[in-house]
Amino acid sequence: MPPLLEVDRVSKSFGGVAANVDISFDVHEGEILGLIGPNGAGKTSLFNSVSGEVTPDAGEIRLAGQRVSGLRPEQCSLLGIARTFQVVRSFDSMTVLENVMVGAYARLSRTRPAMARALETLEFTGLAARADTLAHSLTPAEKRRLEVARALATKPRLLLLDEMLTGLTPVEAQSGVQLIRDVLARGITVIMVEHVMEVLLPLVHRAVVLDLGRVLTIGAPTEVVHNPDVIRAYLGDRYAAA
Amino acid sequence: MVGGLLMGLIYALVAAGLSLIFGLMDVVNFAHGELLMLAMYATYVIWLVTGLDPLLLLVPVALLLFALGVAIYHLLMARALSVRFNRGMVQIFVTFGLAILLRGAAQFTFGSDFKSVSKSWLSGKTIDLAGVYIPLPQLAAGVVSLFAFALLLLISRTEFGHALEATREDRDAVALIGIDRNRIFAMGWGLGAGAVGIAGVMLATFYYVSPSVGANFALIAYVTVALGGFGSLIGALVAGLLIGQVEALTALLIEPSLKQVGMFAIYLLVLMFRPRGLFGTL
Amino acid sequence: MKETSITRRRRHELIIGAALLLVLAVLPLPIRDVYTRNLIIITVLFAGLAQAWNILGGYCGQISLSHALYFGVGAYVSTLLLTRLAIPPTFGMFAGGALGGLMALLVGWPCFRLSGHYYAIATVVVGEIGYLLFLNWDWVGGATGINIPYVRSVGDSWLWLQFRIDKLPYHYAALAFASVAWLVAWLIEGSRWGFVWRAVKDDPVAARSLAVRIFPSKMAAAAISGALTGIGGAIYAQYVGYIDPDSVMYGQLSILIPLPAVLGGVGTLWGPLVGAAVLIPLSELTRSYLGGSGSGVDLMIYGGLIVVVALARPQGLASLIGVRVRAPAGAVDAAAA
Repeated sequence: MPPLLEVDRVSKSFGGVAANVDISFDVHEGEILGLIGPNGAGKTSLFNSVSGEVTPDAGEIRLAGQRVSGLRPEQCSLLGIARTFQVVRSFDSMTVLENVMVGAYARLSRTRPAMARALETLEFTGLAARADTLAHSLTPAEKRRLEVARALATKPRLLLLDEMLTGLTPVEAQSGVQLIRDVLARGITVIMVEHVMEVLLPLVHRAVVLDLGRVLTIGAPTEVVHNPDVIRAYLGDRYAAA
Repeated sequence: MVGGLLMGLIYALVAAGLSLIFGLMDVVNFAHGELLMLAMYATYVIWLVTGLDPLLLLVPVALLLFALGVAIYHLLMARALSVRFNRGMVQIFVTFGLAILLRGAAQFTFGSDFKSVSKSWLSGKTIDLAGVYIPLPQLAAGVVSLFAFALLLLISRTEFGHALEATREDRDAVALIGIDRNRIFAMGWGLGAGAVGIAGVMLATFYYVSPSVGANFALIAYVTVALGGFGSLIGALVAGLLIGQVEALTALLIEPSLKQVGMFAIYLLVLMFRPRGLFGTL
Repeated sequence: MKETSITRRRRHELIIGAALLLVLAVLPLPIRDVYTRNLIIITVLFAGLAQAWNILGGYCGQISLSHALYFGVGAYVSTLLLTRLAIPPTFGMFAGGALGGLMALLVGWPCFRLSGHYYAIATVVVGEIGYLLFLNWDWVGGATGINIPYVRSVGDSWLWLQFRIDKLPYHYAALAFASVAWLVAWLIEGSRWGFVWRAVKDDPVAARSLAVRIFPSKMAAAAISGALTGIGGAIYAQYVGYIDPDSVMYGQLSILIPLPAVLGGVGTLWGPLVGAAVLIPLSELTRSYLGGSGSGVDLMIYGGLIVVVALARPQGLASLIGVRVRAPAGAVDAAAA
């Protein structure tokens, strides 16, 4: 069976600075892939290329064999790619329910079904009690969860999580991990960018390590963690696990 | 043709003031035309009372308008900027309300009939430049506008001018380098109003003065600024000249009462290809 | 599906709307004074116009300052169909609406890609072009305008929307118009567009990541808003009996139409109604009692009021009576580029 997502020699520069250089990897349906690397390694840029915010300068990205690189974000979303943002982007003037409904409206045009789907998604993500709270009054952890709920309401095949667990308390992080497992259980493929190693590594099936815009190595978490190049990339960066 | 050029310079000057204000704080001053109107009335009144020629009133009226601009900022716009809802719309409608208020005040004070500065040093005289007869007031207006423009450009290169530019680029960060935003904004408004003041004085020498005169020029000013690009002084100049010419040509080739349609059409056309105006950076 | 706070609130809105409609329907009955009746009709009509504008300007966030064009086009189309083809205005108004909607689409298509202030000024210019063209166009009467004849053989009639003996039916025409505008706004608020437009105003990047396609919905908003405004124009033409560019298509009208919506509460259901209820009587009364001789006092008061309300209550007057107002946040800037 072909991979769900194929990243094929993708390169992208911004104003002379190479953010991604010749990146290639595949993601299989139903798996959860970790995208890790020191700051500035090009992880969010890659996400932006996959979800359509940005068009790669070279290379191609395919979803189930169909080219998606170069499409606009709206089109990528309709094809089944959903994402969260590193800095949370909630619709602050709208309630939690209304936020998620915007996601539900991606595939449903009528309000009753959209509302039903939104309510169901809120139940699933544990936000049902906060349905009528304005998004801007939520705690940071709840806002992260809201972004996931909103993305899920679009019924995606692929979910890109950009540092969803960063900055959370250990309890909140465990809760978040459980949510991700639940998402996986629903058959949604997940790619997650994360810095919090001890949370990420037990969770993912495989990891892609980026450094300075290039792929350093790809493999199972246990292999990757013991890879000397990876260690050098991180220690050379004076990186300390959170 | 030359007439179009000269009017264009005046348009450019009025537009420059508008561009300054917008460039600073994303405010489209819908009362800009009324500021012009007030400048013209001020010129008329002082001329009527003292008999001084309008040319002598350039500095006083410009200063008067400068003060008015600063006052408008401190009394109204400072509050409008700190509003938490619908900031953009509030600004539009606050300046629009101000425009109505000023127009009503002018009507109340002077009545709505036309007034004019009938006797001045330049009125009624024409000059012969290479076979073309140019009315002296219009020529003087063009020349003065050019000088005022040069002055504005000069100011933009001073430290103050740089501070203005910096505040426009990043309103929030300038506090960190010791620039007092409020002072800059107030000065910006003052300068913008002052520029319009100069244009008003010169206009009063050959154009009628009435409460609604501002509205006519205002629209042309907005178009000039948008065409040239908000925030660009050079843009305002180029656009002003262009608009002045197009207006004159349209009046000549198509019909005088439709002369504004020509410039509007050009404006919309340019916008289609350059949504931010000819030189716009915002 | 169990009831949510959203569905409950919408049900309440419908009930209040119906009650308000009832009140307004009986309001003019005991009033015999022609001046007051006229005031009520104009207020109701402008409430409807403000609501129609609100659909594009408030909910969809496009500050259009060219609505006088659609109003005027509606008035002219309906009137010309009457005077040249003897088509009753009751049908003509829909043609006026159709053309108003079409004009709005034509304006919207190139202009929507412009951001914030560029868009606003472009719409002002478009409105001005329309005004100048009509002023110089003899076939539509030019500056002289068109007198709308009262067809004596028919007399007072709903079909021909002419009432001379008793002008009360005009009130119901205006009320019907305003009710439709309100209902359309209510429907949109609870529809996909309502949600999606608010999302785009709060965070366009996030909205796009949720498959929101902005442009087609803006066009739809423009069409609906323009069409409703055109119908309002047609009704107005029949009411006043005479139209010319200076009365139905002038630039300031493009600011006066949105004004009740902006001061009442832009992007809300009740804002335009509250705004109209306050502003129109005020402007008419000051004009009649203080502005008669062209003294300008009425303008000073009106202008001053606009400034004060805009600064003191930027979220709109409707918030004073407890109408839900959008939350304060840096992102909640209706004119964000």
